[in-house]
Amino acid sequence: MSQITLQVNGKRHALEIDPGTPLLYVLRNDLGLRGPRFGCGLGQCGSCTVILRGAAVRSCVTPVSSAQGAEITTLEGLAQNGKLHPVQQAWIEEQVPQCGFCQNGQIMTAKALLDRNPNPSDAEIRKGMDGTLCRCMTYYRIQAAIKRAAQLMAAAREAADREVVA
Amino acid sequence: MTNFTKVPQQVEEVLERQPDASRRDFLKKSGFLVVSFSAAAMGHSLLLAPAAGAQAAAASPPAGPYPDPDFRQLDSWIVIHQDNTATFYVGKTDGGQGTGTAFRQIMSDELDIPFEKTSLIMGATDITVDQGGSGGSDALETDGWPMRRVAAEARRVLLEMASQRFGVPVDQLAVSGGVITVKADPSRNVTYGELIGGKRFNVTLTGNNINATTGKAPIKPVQELKIVGQSPQRYDIPPKVDGSLHWAVDAKAPGMVHARNVRPPWAGAKLVSIDESSVRHLPGFIKVVSKGNYVAVVCEREEQAIRAARQLKVQWQKPAAAAFPGSEDLFRYMRNAKPTSVVRARSGQPQELVGDPDGAMAKAAKVIEAAYDYPFQGHTALGPAHAMADPSDGQMTIWSNDMKAYGLRTGVAAFLGMARDRVRVIWQEGPQLYGRTAADDAGFEAAYLAKEIGRPVRMQWMRHEETAWDVKGPAFTFNLRGGLDAQGNLIALEYHARTADYGHIGYNEPDTVLIAQLMGRRPAQPEPGGASGPSEMYYIPNRRTVTEVVSMPLVWESPLRTGNLRDPNGPQTTFAGESFIDELAAAANADPVEFRLRLLEASSEDDERFTRARSIAVIKAAAEAYGWDRRPSPKPRAAGTILTGRGIAYCYRRFTVVAEIAEVEVNRDTGHVWVKRLVCAHDCGLAVNPEALRRTIEGNLLHGLSRALYEEVQFDNEKVTSVDWITHPTLRHSDCPERIDVVLVNGDPNPNRPDLPHYGAGEAAIKPTVAAVANAIFDATGVRLRRVPFRDQRVRAALQSARA
Repeated sequence: MSQITLQVNGKRHALEIDPGTPLLYVLRNDLGLRGPRFGCGLGQCGSCTVILRGAAVRSCVTPVSSAQGAEITTLEGLAQNGKLHPVQQAWIEEQVPQCGFCQNGQIMTAKALLDRNPNPSDAEIRKGMDGTLCRCMTYYRIQAAIKRAAQLMAAAREAADREVVA
Repeated sequence: MTNFTKVPQQVEEVLERQPDASRRDFLKKSGFLVVSFSAAAMGHSLLLAPAAGAQAAAASPPAGPYPDPDFRQLDSWIVIHQDNTATFYVGKTDGGQGTGTAFRQIMSDELDIPFEKTSLIMGATDITVDQGGSGGSDALETDGWPMRRVAAEARRVLLEMASQRFGVPVDQLAVSGGVITVKADPSRNVTYGELIGGKRFNVTLTGNNINATTGKAPIKPVQELKIVGQSPQRYDIPPKVDGSLHWAVDAKAPGMVHARNVRPPWAGAKLVSIDESSVRHLPGFIKVVSKGNYVAVVCEREEQAIRAARQLKVQWQKPAAAAFPGSEDLFRYMRNAKPTSVVRARSGQPQELVGDPDGAMAKAAKVIEAAYDYPFQGHTALGPAHAMADPSDGQMTIWSNDMKAYGLRTGVAAFLGMARDRVRVIWQEGPQLYGRTAADDAGFEAAYLAKEIGRPVRMQWMRHEETAWDVKGPAFTFNLRGGLDAQGNLIALEYHARTADYGHIGYNEPDTVLIAQLMGRRPAQPEPGGASGPSEMYYIPNRRTVTEVVSMPLVWESPLRTGNLRDPNGPQTTFAGESFIDELAAAANADPVEFRLRLLEASSEDDERFTRARSIAVIKAAAEAYGWDRRPSPKPRAAGTILTGRGIAYCYRRFTVVAEIAEVEVNRDTGHVWVKRLVCAHDCGLAVNPEALRRTIEGNLLHGLSRALYEEVQFDNEKVTSVDWITHPTLRHSDCPERIDVVLVNGDPNPNRPDLPHYGAGEAAIKPTVAAVANAIFDATGVRLRRVPFRDQRVRAALQSARA
């Protein structure tokens, strides 16, 4: 057992825990978060994805000790000041989910993808999202929603730029 | 009227807590319940607030008993609140196809209340009537009707109440948006909430069974429906996107512990001994539970249970005989096996016989034959099976994503030997039902362990366990033979199918769920299994259709146990049927669309659902939407690495009719198939929410694509070897078509009929996809793939052997 400090969605949490525990179980069972979910425990499907140090990572194969001190964002932490992230907004406008179980992974992976590449091509979306599985097969709408989110984010950047100029 | 003993006890408690003493007194005097506060106050996490769609948090369950709500009471279905909002209580579950939103639409429309002012609760066995949960795409097709009728009845009763209040006959009242107005004097009006808010209707409904439930009021003609046909956004999507939804995987209770199963390493293995000392020292260890060949480990924390299950030393005895042939040998085994039964045709005969197929075949100018093989396919849900069971107060409450929550309740009660009214199931959202959660293994396991341990237990399967041990869609072999006359008309067709469906498991039966099988509890006879033949309306004057069932060597405790997978036999039988029609079209040198239309138009006989007329309509609509150029397949051979082609397939599923066209690119060198475009013309009658329907169809099409291109359960003689996403590949983002066109068709000969029904839409579109892809590959390459799935290696081998 070790003392581990986690920084999740802007809040600090101190835990006494086995440092080898996968981050997923700590987020879900100790911190009560519901966004990241167990899908495979093998890092193959993406449903447990969180953003750690700016990258989308699979929390089911990430030991909690390796997240010590780093900022972790989960699905619950994407909205800012009560306003949904443009990716979430696009997901609603496009009515993406069927069962929705995988959508945490889809949204978090798409968010990290758009942070890296604000205007991805169709091929870049397919490649960037390829390891994130959906068994209701909502891929068609996910890809449309990522393009919509890119537009929403570009519009938000432009609006912010105008504000700065004004 | 509801017998008072049938009032859920928690509702009484809710009444005790009501601040409004006069109302409480009134209700006490009336002796009946008000359920309007029950859902929120009871801590059900299912209550969706009218406008926001936010979910209330789960709380500890109140003690039972949990009697069945009476479906013959209007109050069991609809509650009007004082703020002029309504809550609907229905006995269904939503697999993510938006059926919950559709229920709110149809009920709001009949009740005449704005959609935004309604909320819906479903799948909680103690407060929603038993409509059986989900299955068979019957949500709107079957269960939607009583919902519409009870909502219409509530509107009628409210109008009568307003009539008494104003002293004006009902026909001189107008109702809109939950407000009733005197036509002659609009200043005189009253809201539903003012008339009955928080009070009971006390109206008894009639009907011999829940599907027949009705009041006195007629439902509205289609032309008067305002919310049906609109596409309000699905209320379940925002909480799925912002992380606020409480899923069944999130269920927690004070003192809850975690369990994991330890499965036999070989199918049919017998448990010899367990060395508990191998895990007793591990942190958080509580108990190893075992009975028969069922073994589970319970620990305080989840990761501890996973570790203990992995480390537990168990000695198993390998069965003497092979459990099944290896997957590479499966179809040879099935063709050589002695059938366990022949499926009775609708006529009750062991075969469906039309005309004289032998005589016609003998006279045919051309006879062609083909054999097709379709493997076992799994559900392989993205999230493995899971449930949480709380045994507090001598009751059993199970939080589950079981699509048939009501059956789980009955099954668990029987399995544990508990009275049915001591068990309740609270359905919550989970990963893809599609038939998997109709036999909720984890729900039974959690409940069993909770009873053993005396603490709330959360059970979750691991990935390898889910992929290997979930229920499977049965494998099939087919032999087809067709005779064409000199003009290329199809005059005879023989269809002979075999399905490895013996022992098909039921819905949450206490003797066929996996834990029961492993414990040695089983029915006297396995289910015989079966399938119907291809579902098309082709006029073929001479036909023989035979389906036989075969058994694997190991029937019980097998990871190849068959169950219902999204349209249980449709993708298989339609793959064979519609591939062969394409082969016949090619043999007749006919265009595949024209050949099918000719077979449909050869007769004018139709059924009461106009399946023939609607079949013709969807094929024409698909061809038009695609821009089909009429020519025989295959396409003249092109140069280059990438070959392109298009294929069509059509079928019906119950009353819904679909035609699909796939356009493919086949890489001649690698064998890789990319389905670049899909068109689906879909007639499910009245579309309640067209946008939600489109997305359901899109997902269904791609589910079919995944089964066409990738999915196959592989196994050796003793175990399933498909255990994760590497050994069991699935469709991915890079496989997604660049364009999908969904055309919603209303092919009814009288498209404006006021009673246009709403048919099921959850499964039909998956049915012809595999065949459409196979036909497109043939069009592109001239090579006919008769074995599913069309993985790169198999396609490359087929192309190479055709070239050689």
